[in-house]
Amino acid sequence: MLVNNAMKRIYVNKKWCLGCRLCEYNCTYANSGAMNIITALKDKPLRSRIKVEEYDGDTLPLSCRHCEEPICVKSCIAGALSKVGGVIKINHNKCVGCCTCISVCPYGAIMHGEDGVMRKCELCIDNAFGAPACVAGCPNGAIVYEERD
Amino acid sequence: MKRYVIIGNGAATIGAVEGIRRLDSEGPITIISSEPYHTYARPLISYYIEGKTDRERMKYRPDDFYEKNDCEFLAGKTAVKIDPAAKSVTLDDGSVVSYDKLCYAAGSSSFIPAFRGLETVSESDRFTFMTLDDAERLKARIEPGLSVLIVGAGLIGLKCAECIYGKVGAITVVDLAPRILSSILEEKSASIVQRHLEGKGLNFILNDSVDEFHGHIAIMKSGIRQFFDIVVLAVGVRPNVALMKEAGARVNRGVSTDRHMYTGVDGIYAAGDCTETFDVSCGETRILALMPNAYMQGECAGINMAGGDCDFENAVPMNAIKLLGLHISTAGSYIGDVIERENTADSTYTRFYVDGGLLRGYIMLGEPYRNGIYTSIIRNQIPIDKIDFETLIKSPSISAMGESYICQLERKV
Ligand SMILES: Cc1cc2nc3c(=O)[nH]c(=O)nc-3n(C[C@H](O)[C@H](O)[C@H](O)COP(=O)(O)OP(=O)(O)OC[C@H]3O[C@@H](n4cnc5c(N)ncnc54)[C@H](O)[C@@H]3O)c2cc1C
Repeated sequence: MLVNNAMKRIYVNKKWCLGCRLCEYNCTYANSGAMNIITALKDKPLRSRIKVEEYDGDTLPLSCRHCEEPICVKSCIAGALSKVGGVIKINHNKCVGCCTCISVCPYGAIMHGEDGVMRKCELCIDNAFGAPACVAGCPNGAIVYEERD
Repeated sequence: MKRYVIIGNGAATIGAVEGIRRLDSEGPITIISSEPYHTYARPLISYYIEGKTDRERMKYRPDDFYEKNDCEFLAGKTAVKIDPAAKSVTLDDGSVVSYDKLCYAAGSSSFIPAFRGLETVSESDRFTFMTLDDAERLKARIEPGLSVLIVGAGLIGLKCAECIYGKVGAITVVDLAPRILSSILEEKSASIVQRHLEGKGLNFILNDSVDEFHGHIAIMKSGIRQFFDIVVLAVGVRPNVALMKEAGARVNRGVSTDRHMYTGVDGIYAAGDCTETFDVSCGETRILALMPNAYMQGECAGINMAGGDCDFENAVPMNAIKLLGLHISTAGSYIGDVIERENTADSTYTRFYVDGGLLRGYIMLGEPYRNGIYTSIIRNQIPIDKIDFETLIKSPSISAMGESYICQLERKV
């Protein structure tokens, strides 16, 4: 099959996650378009695309897996989701906010955005960071961006 | 080199093209489409009238889709006959296209019952709501002050009501069923949604139906006389199956296929609204006229047409719609015991249906939050004693799904 196998993804080393939630803050900041982290976060709800869950005494940061067979892309009623170079992206201009993608994502990785269109991790490729802000800002190296089989 | 032909131009067709091209970049594909337009997202016709999208943005794939996928796009051509012996399709202009593999993805059409006196309503005041042409006609006709009667309080009727809301005068919706959205909501959730819509000003006449039209008056079975300027007939859709019947395929309500989307007629596959699907949430084969289903069936058909091996399984009915600000997310079948969850914090109301140790379905009103995790439990028939269901129904999470689910996160999926 003609699929792109060489693909970096975000993975989590569960044992190293401190549960500090800095990734949620950095994600919100990186995707806010704000000039600095204070204006991005002050007095606003966290609009993070990564979510830290409690798990069995541990914590677990979760974001889009950029699945090989992305059910969100296949299900989008607007043709607004697509996979480009291994990254699943939402075309905000086309999304009508129906939330079908939220209804199908098995990882709960797509969230409702404040502007009515969906938001999800796009690996910070198109924002000012250029590379995953959650990874860069993780103080304990628990979130990594690498290729695995 | 294989020659592929697809009848249709909706989600199932696009899925078939993308499925074929995963394996075969060479074989020519011919797409035969009655509608003369670049492939568009059918559910977006209501957003188009509402002004939330436009003809450009509602395209289901980019402008270069056909070219990039090496497809010959026969726009505005209708297939009138399939000859399985000659492996050819005859078009309405008399031309003949031959195939090695054919995908039948003709979708469905608005069903209009034989109402008495329907002909007394002038044609320019009668509408259906299924195609871009329907939407253009309606968009051109609506104006402030117009009284609108919508026959059918299903998904299509209510999406239509929503998109003309605020652009016309009174909107009245009539349905034979005792509740609105009767195919996807039960009584309690339907009444919550109904109250919400009534609060916005929509009128409902339920448990009733039009007995007769008298020009611009609809006389209901109950005797109610409802005046209207225009009427939208949204009672339901019927799968387009005629060509497949004539071709000798097995057709019940929709075209019957196996898990490969193969119809049993040499070289012919079928996908989308025109087919029947095995619904894992209830164990029955039925029509699932839904966009995600159409795409995935098409993709599966395409892969198999190109010589691959793909099974279409795990299909579940699923709806995610918003009506005048209220989100409705449903999945599966409403079988078994009910667990209700009312969350005042985010004002959501959810009903879960549990039967035989499995989550069979849910109905969720209010802004959806990670409910794909629930859908995945239904789709994959994960026994609820294998997960922390108590925690999950309070709030969906991956951690409550258990170790094996979490392990998936460490692999490529
Ligand atoms: C108003 C509205 C709202 C909807 N909202 C939702 C929603 O929110 N979520 C959801 O999941 N689904 C929704 N749906 C349903 C969804 O649109 C369908 O499930 C989906 O379009 C099916 O795709 P398809 O490819 O099978 O068929 P279609 O999109 O119907 O495409 C079939 C095409 O084949 C053409 N055709 C038929 N016969 C021939 C022939 N003989 N020769 C050539 N061409 C032919 C037709 O003209 C048509 O263009 C909605 C539908 C409507 C009308």
